[in-house]
This record gives sequence, structure tokens and C-alpha cells, in this order.
Amino acid sequence: MALIADYLVQGCQMLLILLLAPLLTGWVRTIKARLLRRRGPSVLQPYRDLFKLLRKEVVLADSASWLFRVAPYLIFAALWVAAALVPTFASGLLFSWTADLIAIVALLGTARFFLALAGLDVGTSFGGIGSSREMMIASLAEPAMLMMVFTLSLLAGTTELSSVARFMLTAEVGLRVSLALALLALVMVAIAENARIPVDNPATHLELTMVHEAMVLEYSGRHLALIELGASLKLLLYLSLLGCIFAPWGMATAGAGLTAYLIGMTIYVAKLAFGGLLLALFETSIAKMRVFRVDQFLGAALMLGLLGTLLLFVSRSL
Amino acid sequence: MSLPLLLSLAMALFAVSAYALVASRRPGCSRQVYSLALAVCVILLGMALAHLLAGQTSATLTLPLGLPWLGAHFRLDALAAFFLIVVNLGGAIASLFALGYGQHEQAPERVLPFYPAFLAGMNLVLLADDAFSFLFAWEFMSLTSWALVMAHHQEPANARAGYLYLVMACFGTLALLLAFGLLAGPDGGYDFATIRAGTVNPGFAALVLALALLGAGSKAGLVPLHVWLPLAHPAAPSHVSALMSGVMTKVAVYGFIRIAFDLLGEPIMWWWGGLVLALGGVTAVLGVLYALMQHDLKRLLAYHTVENIGIIFIGLGLALAFQANQMYASAALALTAALFHILNHSLFKSLLFLGAGAVLTATGERDMERLGGLIHPMPWTALAFLIGAAAISALPPLNGFVSEWLTFQAILISPELPQWLLKFLVPAIGALLALSAALAAACFVKAFGITFLGRPRSPAAAGARETDRYSLSALFVLAALCLLAGILPGLVVDGLAPVVSLLNGGAQLMAQHDQPWLTLVPVVDVKSTYNGLLVLLFMALSGTAAALLIHRLASNAARRGPAWDCGFPEANSAFQYTAGSFAQPTRRVFGSIVFQARERVTMPPPGDLRPARLEVEMHDPIWERGYAPIAAAVVALSGRFNYLQYLTIRRYLSLVFGVLVLLLLGMVLWR
Repeated sequence: MALIADYLVQGCQMLLILLLAPLLTGWVRTIKARLLRRRGPSVLQPYRDLFKLLRKEVVLADSASWLFRVAPYLIFAALWVAAALVPTFASGLLFSWTADLIAIVALLGTARFFLALAGLDVGTSFGGIGSSREMMIASLAEPAMLMMVFTLSLLAGTTELSSVARFMLTAEVGLRVSLALALLALVMVAIAENARIPVDNPATHLELTMVHEAMVLEYSGRHLALIELGASLKLLLYLSLLGCIFAPWGMATAGAGLTAYLIGMTIYVAKLAFGGLLLALFETSIAKMRVFRVDQFLGAALMLGLLGTLLLFVSRSL
Repeated sequence: MSLPLLLSLAMALFAVSAYALVASRRPGCSRQVYSLALAVCVILLGMALAHLLAGQTSATLTLPLGLPWLGAHFRLDALAAFFLIVVNLGGAIASLFALGYGQHEQAPERVLPFYPAFLAGMNLVLLADDAFSFLFAWEFMSLTSWALVMAHHQEPANARAGYLYLVMACFGTLALLLAFGLLAGPDGGYDFATIRAGTVNPGFAALVLALALLGAGSKAGLVPLHVWLPLAHPAAPSHVSALMSGVMTKVAVYGFIRIAFDLLGEPIMWWWGGLVLALGGVTAVLGVLYALMQHDLKRLLAYHTVENIGIIFIGLGLALAFQANQMYASAALALTAALFHILNHSLFKSLLFLGAGAVLTATGERDMERLGGLIHPMPWTALAFLIGAAAISALPPLNGFVSEWLTFQAILISPELPQWLLKFLVPAIGALLALSAALAAACFVKAFGITFLGRPRSPAAAGARETDRYSLSALFVLAALCLLAGILPGLVVDGLAPVVSLLNGGAQLMAQHDQPWLTLVPVVDVKSTYNGLLVLLFMALSGTAAALLIHRLASNAARRGPAWDCGFPEANSAFQYTAGSFAQPTRRVFGSIVFQARERVTMPPPGDLRPARLEVEMHDPIWERGYAPIAAAVVALSGRFNYLQYLTIRRYLSLVFGVLVLLLLGMVLWR
């Protein structure tokens, strides 16, 4: 009985993030529109877009191969599993030990690998430009992310996210320089990985500096829907990660009962809304940078992460 | 019991070689030789597996061969058994591939006699238990592989690669010879049992370690001794390239492990670990950066071997550092990671080289700029190559990720190391490892994407055909093993436990097979766990569920049309992204520092009909700063001394007399 309940809660979390992801995207878009003094579409617009795309037929380029058709499912599956492994409203769920934070970073890498390949598949120059730039950005963002993981793991003594979240709630954490550096590095990586301003512009289609949108240019119909949903899931994943590590308050523990779960969910949604608000504020207040500035931006993130780790290697109290 | 049988099987490979020498021009000989090699390798593999998994004790055997006062000693222990598995698995699958691939060989008489002998040489290195037979087998392995590199010696590039390989192999063996000389001491106890029992003074021990790094490192491709590797490995026929890159480099790593962990014994200094660690980190990043800049598919793979050797040496260096501080539990984790990566790399690098061989047979091209779109005519080869590419890029749920994950876990428990230098070095190495993993993914998006995806860039690529069934089965056996090792890592770790315990004073990781759901738990379960099986299961479930739901409830219609490409689709396939343009962002970011890469665009003025040109200039820092000055010095010196060849007899006599007087004077003064 208890086991069934555990499975149910785990399933609930998977469905919850899938349902919340487009809402988060819509929320950020709405706030951005308001900040620019536009009315903007409804918060629910991403759902409508997804349903419309799902019902449309797919137009495949003549030179597209089987990989092009399989990739969206693979990308979606990898991103969904990765996002489901981040604790959201409760920590220590049934399968939370399946993969630690390093494995979650690597799962994001799997999704990126296939997305970049899909960009090259049709054989157009837009797809190629997107793929090659995405891999360049990732080659700096991934190590920066792993350095952040190192910092956390040295502090908490684990790379398991549930245990990290539990550790962060204990009194011995306090304010630390290394944590501040890790937070900064993670935010910078999150901005780059989610193709947000100033690294990439999620709203453009006709700019030579675009990265993510260039890779998915040839996709249409249900394939595009899956990729868009995947992108929303990735944004949700990074916000959940920030919430789970740096603001783990209000998170229920496994087996805490229905009310605790409901409270946890409300707090989680509030955290997401706040994170989305900050992201929209940041995006409207900054200009996009040239593509070959991105390496300096992410190089700084990598150095911050490395500095945080070094501090902890030197002394556990920093 | 099994040792005499193993040795006679290795001898059987020599017999196959002798047969090939006589019969290599006969039709059907190629198939016979490769079938026999396949059969022998499978039996050897089975015996080695049985030895390792049954946990048998080590067996020794002395034969009255070699040096009369020494004899030839052979020994089969867990370490040798593990490497026998790696060698013979690679050998069996390369032979299976060659059953089909070997039919296209233009000069079979230059490949067939050496191929079984090469396999036998590698087996004998692993079984040797005294310095003489070890070095003899080592040299034999080097020479046969040199002969295979020179199989197509008419091409000047191959001849140059062969020459460089020979020079570096001689250098490596010289270093090993000196290392064994120091280990054996003045009494000349050259069998490994005597060396193990004796102790070496710390100064000599450090020298032995440095020499072992030089000797084994030059064969394995450790930076800066790697220069021959990316030239020689691709020059050989593809199944031999797979063996050289996937297997022979591992035999070199075996040589290092045997000397550093087994023969040297106790007096370990912590800075040895730091040295190996630093070399490993530099090797990993430089290897992958070199690989990213290559447009030749096989050379890209060869450079990538350098990266993986770096990752293996990071694990070994950590293990040395832990052992020096008596932290045997942590050393067990680092050693397991290194050994796991050795197995993994032999699997996916063989797979990728064999895939490159299939591409080479289908198109006659190795240059990625003239390939493209091969996924359409060769879907199965493409699938197998894709699995290999994903595995080597350390993507879950495949095997490359598991060994890198274990290496990361080993790095994460290293703040307990007491030495300050190591405290600073280890996180930096962790960053280098993370960087090389991310760059490897970029490298293999390029390798797979430019070769197999897009549209064909040459008529040869457009007219490709799927490869034969033997080759395909070899590719898929390896791909399946990559997946299996990725989703059941606990079983592999358990298999490695006897080896780790042998090298690590009895300490090993805890048994993994009784963990729930076959989860991998390296230290304790609150610290970190990974379950590849469940990750695969979840991904398969959610992907299939999404596909089924969408196809049932939404739409499953699809239509073909011209590419969209923002409204301007180009008809000419030359407009696609090329290997060079794919690497351009990375070249700008990293290459401008490491390779001093400069781009120059020459834009003719309007009205001028000359085409615009983009020239890229890159420098190889290690060749230009390290090897070129040495080569220039050798040439200059030999030019200087050249005139000694043309002296008259009187001058020669006076020269001899003068030298004699000088030496006598020296003797007198020294006394």
C-alpha cells in the first residue's frame, strides 16, 4: 500500500512538471510583454500553441533521415526524465536515487547531443550554424555546471539532490562565499543553456546570431511541439534546481502525507513564479551580446565555479 | 592449469601467421586467417573471463627459453586476465569485422602474416613475468604493428608515419629497458617475482616511475609523447587501426600499471600521483582539442584516443595519490574508474574505427569534407556509429558516462588528501576532465553529423552502399556491449574487484550485485548512486508513451517537401556546413589560445572576379616547440659530423690515437 502511494507521488511529480512547464514559459512571456508595455498573449498561449502543433501534419525536408524523426522523442524523453529527477515539491521520492546531479547534467547533454545532430541532419546552413554554436556554448556551460556540482557536493558530502536539499535546510550551512559563487555560476549557466537573453534570443527567428531556433528551424508539427515542450521543461528544470538547492524551504519530505505535499506544491509554484519574474526582469533590462562574447561570459561562470570548488578544497568553512 | 593452454593458443596464432606467410596470395586465405584468429581469440577470451570471474589464484610457468640463466617466466593473475579480456575481445571483433572488410584489401600479403602475430604479441606482453620476455613481447608487438602501419607504404604520408612510429617505439622501449634495469638492481634479478620481493631506494623508484611513464606513455599516447599516434593509427587498415587504438594503447597502460602498482611496491611518494594526474589532465584536454580540429575521420578518432588515455591516467594518478596516503578505499574507487574506462574505451573506440572502416570501404574517403548523407545508404552502420559516438561522449545511459561518473566521484572524495599541492591540483583536473567531456560531445556531433548526416558532398558519398553482414555484426556486437556495460555497471564493477584488490593491497569497492535494482553505489548510498538501467527504462517509457499518445490522439500525418531554410533553400550541397565550419566557433574560442589559430579573409573589391578566400593558420605547439627543435638539432649535428666519413686513413688513425690518449688521461685523472 505504502509502495503504491510512493509510486503515485512519483508519478504525480512527473505529470506536474509536464503540466507546469508551458505555464512557466507563458508566465515569463506575459511578464516580459507587460514590462515592455505590451498586453501580450494569455499565460495559457503555450498550451494552445502545443495543441495546434500536435494536430498539424509534419512537413519533412527531402533530405531528412530517420534520425530527424526519432530525435524529438529522444530529446523530449531525456529532458523529461532529467526534469523529473530534480526534487520539486518533495525530496527523497521513490526513484530519487536513480541519478545524481552529475547524471542529470549528463542527461541534459544527451538531449543537446541529439538536438545538435538533428540540426545537421537536413543539411542546411542554418541548422549547421545553430549546432556548431550550441556545442561551443555547451563546451563551456557544462564544465561550469559541473564545477557548481563539485562545490555543492563538497559542502553537502553528496551529489544526490534530495540529500543536498535536506543538507541546505540544516543550520550548519550558513552564508558562505563558495555557495554565493556557485549560485552565480548556476544562474549564468541556466541563462546560457535555456537560450535566454543575453546569450540567445528565444523570441527571434531571423537573426544571424540565433542558436537554438536555428537548430530547430526545419521542425514542424508534432516534432516541433515536442521540442518546444522539451525547451519549457528545461527552463522549469533549471528553476527547480535553483529552488531545490538555494531555496529548499517548504519542501515536503517523502511520506509526509497529503497536506504536506499540497503545501509543498503551493510553495513550489510560488517559487517558480518568482523565478520566472526575476528572469523576465533580467531579460528586459539587458541587451543581447555578440556570439563571440558568450565564451567570455561562460568562461567567467566556469572560473567562478572553479573558485568555489578551490575554496572548499582549501577549507571546509568557506 | 589454464596457463599452458593460453600460451599454446598464443603460439597457435604464430602458426596462423606462418600459414598466412605461405598462403597469403591464395584466394580465400584472408577468410581462413581471420576465421582462425577469431576462433583463437574467442577461446582466449573465454578462458580469461573464466579465470577472472571464478576468482582463481594466479598461476605461474617457467619455460627454458630466452636467456639461459633466466628462462621465460609466465604468469596469469587477475590483472593479466582483465587485460587478456580487453585484448581478445577487441581481437575477436576486429577479426569478425575483417572477415568482410579483408576482402577489399589490395595487398593481403602485407597484412595477413602480421595480423595474427600482432595479436599473439599483445597476449604475450600480458602473460610475461620477467623483464626479458616482457620487453621481447613488447618489441614484437611494436614491430608487427609497424609492419601493419606500413601495409600501404606507397603513400608518402604512411611511410612518414611508419618512420616516426619506429623512432618513438624505440625510444619507449629504451625507457622501459632502463626502468627494468633499475628495478632489477645490480644483481640482475630480472624475473618479476624477485623484483616484487626486493625493494628499490626512493630515488631510484622515482626514476623508475618516470621511465615507465615515458616508456608506456609513448606507446599509449600521453601528451607530449603522442605525436606518432594520430599519424600511425589511421595509416593501418581499419580493423588494425581499431586494434591499435582500442587495444594496443591498453597494453601500454597495462605496462604502466604493472610497473607502478605491482612491481614498484610500497615506497610511493604522493607527488608521483600528482605528476601522473597533471599529465593525464593535460592529455585529456589537448587530445580532444586536436581531435576537434581534424577533418580526417580516422585521424580524428586517433586524436580522440589520446583524450581517453588522459582520462585513464587521471584515474591512475588519483589512485597513486590515495595509495601514497594509505587511503585504500578511495584508491579502490579511482582504480575501478580507470579500469572501467579502459574496458569502455576499448569497446567504443574499436566500434568507431570499425565504423570508419565501413565508411572507407563504401566511399573510399576518409576526408569528412567529402562525405555526408551516409545515413541514407548505410542506415545500420550509421546506427552503430551513433551508439559509439554517444557512448564516447559520456552520455547516459551508455557506458562512457559510467566510467567518467566514477572518475568524478573519485575526484570528489579527494579533499581528504593532506598535501596542499594536490588540494589545488585535483579540482583543476576535475575542471579539465569536465571540459574534455563537453568538448568530446562537440567532437562527436561533428564526426557523426558531418559524415553521416546532411547531403552527400561528393559523388563517392552519394554512391555508397551498406557494408557487408560480417562487418555489421561486428559493429552491433560492440554497440550492444556499450549499452550493456552502461546499464549494468554494477556487474562490471564486481568483475573488476579482484583486479582492484590485487593492485590495492586487498581493498576493493563493496559488492554491487546485491544492490536493489542493480544500482551503482561506489561509496555509500547517501553519497551518490547511479542506475543506468532505470534511466534507460524511464527514457524508453516516456519516449514511447509520448510517441504512442501523439500518433493515436493527435496526428501521424507526414509529408515530404523541400527544406525550409528560412525561405532560401540552397540546391548545391556545397552550401552545407562543413567539418571546418562546424569547428570554427570552437577554434575561435580555444584554438586561438592553444593552436594560435588565425583566420584571414581576403575579400576582393567589387567588380573583381576573383573569389573571396578564407585562410586558417594553425600551429601545433608540441610539434613546433618540442619535436621540431630536436629534429633540427639532430640534422645539424649529423651535418657537422658528416665530414668524418671522408677522412684519409692517416687521419682516422690519428683520431683513434687521440681518443685513446684522452680516455687514458681521463682514467688517470679520475683515479
